This record gives sequence, structure tokens and C-alpha cells, in this order.
Amino acid sequence: MRSILGFIAGGLFGAGLVISGMTDTIKVQGWLDVFGAWDPTLAFVMGGAIIPMAIAWHLSKRRTPLVGGEFPTPANPKIGRNLVLGSVMFGMGWGLVGLCPGPTIASIGFGGWANSLFILAMIAGMALAPMVRQRLDLSSDTR
Amino acid sequence: MEQDWLMGLMGGLLIGLAGAVYLLGNGRIMGASGIIGGLIDGSERAAWKERISFLAGVILLPILLIPLGANGETNLTHSPVLLIIAGLLVGIGTRVANGCTSGHGVCGISRLSLRGIVATVFYILAGAVTMVLFRHTLWWI
Repeated sequence: MRSILGFIAGGLFGAGLVISGMTDTIKVQGWLDVFGAWDPTLAFVMGGAIIPMAIAWHLSKRRTPLVGGEFPTPANPKIGRNLVLGSVMFGMGWGLVGLCPGPTIASIGFGGWANSLFILAMIAGMALAPMVRQRLDLSSDTR
Repeated sequence: MEQDWLMGLMGGLLIGLAGAVYLLGNGRIMGASGIIGGLIDGSERAAWKERISFLAGVILLPILLIPLGANGETNLTHSPVLLIIAGLLVGIGTRVANGCTSGHGVCGISRLSLRGIVATVFYILAGAVTMVLFRHTLWWI
């Protein structure tokens, strides 16, 4: 059941990404390029995605997940260095080529070697992340 | 261009619906970097089946939609240097920050999570600064 629901969610996510144009890096970079020919599409995608998701969060207050178990509890609201530094690094990579993790996976079937190379580098980065996180934690302890 | 906004909104609604199914169905937050990264560093091993199924759906549906007229153009750079640097930054950054555009952006903001909102502000600012500073000067790479 979890796998079926996972597949349905993944299919909707992949369809949404390609229909909205988020697999086209020109549209993403066009949105980030505030001093160029600014493209507002991404704001509509974000706005459109937040509506059903906000309803889902609201519904989650009164029930349990379909497969059982518990809904995720809100994370510790502390804004740490990791959140800020990690997001800045992610944003830099996103700005450089116009890809983030969802769209690059959705493009596997048609993105060619360039997309595959990005995915390999991203996977390598994800494998290195625990080490980077550890260093960040250590350097903040010494302050 | 107006049609682009409409397609953006429709695609966005589907993305939100995907997150709603994953949350209300499986009780999990739909974050692409968490789903991929979890498979790589082995966090919450028990969730591997639903993660693989999710990724299979993400890969398969675009392949089915492109012959029906969806945009199959990525317009991605062909510079190996840029692709490797950007991939590493996205991989490390999303895991250190614990989320990306889907997890912090879509799922976090819709929950009015302060962490999600702060992360989104920082990655958009960093993305825009990078775009403006480097992409206009490093176009020759």
C-alpha cells in the first residue's frame, strides 16, 4: 500500500513538474534572473502547489495517515547554521544550472548525458553531506 | 507567455496534490532531496520501498507525457564543469539544510513552518545572486 501510494504521489509530482515547465532550466533561471527577462512562472507553480498542500496539512490535524502511524511532528523551529548555509549552497547550485533535485529526477528519461552527469554529482554531494555537516557542527562548537 | 502561467499553475496544483497524497496516505513529507538522500545515506532504511516507488513515478510520468505534447526540452548547459560544481552544491546543500524546493518550499511554507520559509528565502536569494553575478559572467564555461 505504501509503495502504491508512493508511486501515485511520484507520478503526480513528475507530471506536475513537466507540465509546469520546471524541467526546463530556462524557465527556472528566468525566474532567478531578476535583472534579466524575468519569468514569473515559478511563482505560479509554487502558489499552485501550496494550495492543495495547505489543505492536506489542515486535514492531517483530525486524522491519522491512511496506512497508519503518525503524521510528522513539526521540526524543532530553531534556525541553525546548517539550515542557512545548506540553503545558500543549494541556491548557488540551483542558480548555476537551473536544476533542483525533483526536476533533475523527472528529466532522467529525456535530459541526456548532461542531466545524468548532474545527478551523479548530486548523489556524490549527498554522500559527502554527513561529513560536511559534522565539520560545520565541530566548527560551531569551538566558538 | 500567459499560457505559461496557466500551465505553471496547473502543474503546481498537481505537485501540491502529490504532496497531499504522500502526506495523507503515507504520513510523510514529500521532499525530493530527502527521498533521494535517504536512499543514499541509508536514513530510515525501512522506507526504501516507498521511496523507490515514488522515484519510479517521478521518472515514468514525464516519459509518458512528452509524446502527448509536454515540454521535453531541458535547455540544460553542456558544460561538465558547471554541471559537476552545481550538482555537488545541490547535493551537499539540500542534505545539510535538510530540504529543497519541494520539502522546505512546497511542504514547509504550506505548513507555515519558520524553517521552511527561512530556507526558501535563503536559497532563492543565493540562486538569484548566483544567477546575476556568475551566469552573466561565466557564460563561456
